[in-house]
Amino acid sequence: MVNNWDEKIKKVEKNVYVIDKYGDMNVPLKIFASEKILEKIKADNSIQQGINVACMPGIQKQSIMMSDAHLGYGFPVGGVAAFDVKEGCISPGGIGFDINCGVRLMASDMDKKDVEPKIKELLDTLFEDIPCGVGKNSELRLNNDELDEVLNNGLDWALKNNYALKEDLDRCEENGHMTTADSSKVSPRAKSRGRKQLGTLGAGNHFVEIQYIDEIYDEEVAKTFGIKRKGQIFVMIHSGSRGLGHQVCSDYLRKIENEFEDIVSELPEKDLAYAPTDSKVAKDYLGAMSAAANFGWTNRQLISFQTRKSFSKLFGDMGKLGLVYDVAHNIAKIEEYEIDGILKKVYVHRKGASRAFGPGHKEVPEIYRKVGQPIILPGSMGTSSYVLVGTDKAMNETFSSTPHGAGRVMSRHEANKTFKANTVIKELEKNKIYVKSASYRGISEEAPGVYKDVDEVVKVSDEVGIGKKVARLKPLGVIKG
Amino acid sequence: MKYEYLPHTADAKFRAFGKDIEEVFRNSAIAMFDILGKTEEVKVTKRKTIKIKAKNLEALLYDFLEEILILLDTEGIFIHDVKKIKISDEFELTAVIEGDDLNNYDLSGDIKAVTYNDMSIKKTNNRYEATVVVDI
Repeated sequence: MVNNWDEKIKKVEKNVYVIDKYGDMNVPLKIFASEKILEKIKADNSIQQGINVACMPGIQKQSIMMSDAHLGYGFPVGGVAAFDVKEGCISPGGIGFDINCGVRLMASDMDKKDVEPKIKELLDTLFEDIPCGVGKNSELRLNNDELDEVLNNGLDWALKNNYALKEDLDRCEENGHMTTADSSKVSPRAKSRGRKQLGTLGAGNHFVEIQYIDEIYDEEVAKTFGIKRKGQIFVMIHSGSRGLGHQVCSDYLRKIENEFEDIVSELPEKDLAYAPTDSKVAKDYLGAMSAAANFGWTNRQLISFQTRKSFSKLFGDMGKLGLVYDVAHNIAKIEEYEIDGILKKVYVHRKGASRAFGPGHKEVPEIYRKVGQPIILPGSMGTSSYVLVGTDKAMNETFSSTPHGAGRVMSRHEANKTFKANTVIKELEKNKIYVKSASYRGISEEAPGVYKDVDEVVKVSDEVGIGKKVARLKPLGVIKG
Repeated sequence: MKYEYLPHTADAKFRAFGKDIEEVFRNSAIAMFDILGKTEEVKVTKRKTIKIKAKNLEALLYDFLEEILILLDTEGIFIHDVKKIKISDEFELTAVIEGDDLNNYDLSGDIKAVTYNDMSIKKTNNRYEATVVVDI
């Protein structure tokens, strides 16, 4: 592979690398990584993808790659780019196929000692209550009008139908309802793919994990987020908008390809396909993407609803779960930033990146506003996960974004050859971590060894200051597809 | 050899082979679904005829694979094979999908979508090959 970018990488400060504008680039590329992580990022072609993004029209300030970056299609995963709302573009590939894939964290008031003796029973109950795995459907059967209501209203639908508490909405990005949603822009095919999937976990790297706090880095912020003590039990949910969101992305990539043939034929990769922001396709995509995002939040809400039921079955009143926060990591948002001294509206594309608003931002829930937005950063199966807090520096440096997870280093196919599911299960059990999965192969494919070191990814954010460490969580048990 | 898997960090990439375009389409479908399970072990209890039209061969391959993926999500069919594939010069395809209820098998991984990333269909030494990356 010709990688003429290799010699152009410049270290500007600890954990920050830049490739200055050259060739067709409209802006520089900035990479947040430690030396160790940079070597891993350089091993695939994701830096070239970051450069391709820097060439897109209306991109502002810089193309950004986070410390969990790896090869995507078109845009790198772990990438952030902001485009001028008036003269820029919107690109479905810059958001990803799993629109509003994201994570939520729920807090209990129980401790490790309360849950540990019942962990296997708890996993069995959760596994029974939450549909997991390839093609597993939900019991919910929505008619067309109900599905449209989910797409248009997100968590407001969930609240109305008693799947959510009022405070869940207060503690969810966008309150779980993007008002730009328009269900009429979602194709019947996409709706048919998602119809039976609302409230299902899916497969791949999606999970529900029972965790406990094992380290607190910032007592004050932790307390604000409801993190009271070491050993306290939390539940983390990672899932997205399922087949519906995937199809929205596919549909609009195809629409753009058909409508903007001249643009697409010039691109280094077809998956970079974009629509100018003032075009009808761009506006329609915004409506459809927002609808898929609402579906994603509702999906995680329904999984939470089932999780709460399982906890209540096993632990009674003691098993109450309150939402800490729910954050999307595959999404585009209209946000406002000061660029070259001028306040500008931009479409921030986050593909495998979490929003990280700092203290005082009006979109941070009131109860957290004085400290900043909670960021939930899941590790891989069996490793730590983190709670971070958004910062002012992220506002200036990364369009208020920080990484979304560990980031893969090994393909699923290779993982399957390298790790045996039984061995992975035994190794985890030695550390008192229990796994329940719809598939044995799923366990090999998600073995801890196939991901980057999440501790290292988080360290970069913390040291650079685009997401400060608040607490670390360790797993007790996990269910996955 | 029907197909081979190629290295790709996060997603799955394969190259399928065939003596003609029809066979390379069929083997692409098998390669894609072997990512989730073992198509050769799947019984045939369901058959479904599909018809697709696209504006070029790559778009047709994309739509063909997507169509079978949608059958998985909407009708719960996991494929064993694709029979009677016909592709016209106007990029129209008809085929019969054969498979079974997915709940009867140990499947893993979530194919979200077919992508255009590195997609190619070409003729080399009297055989055709197609390269596809799917997003997982």
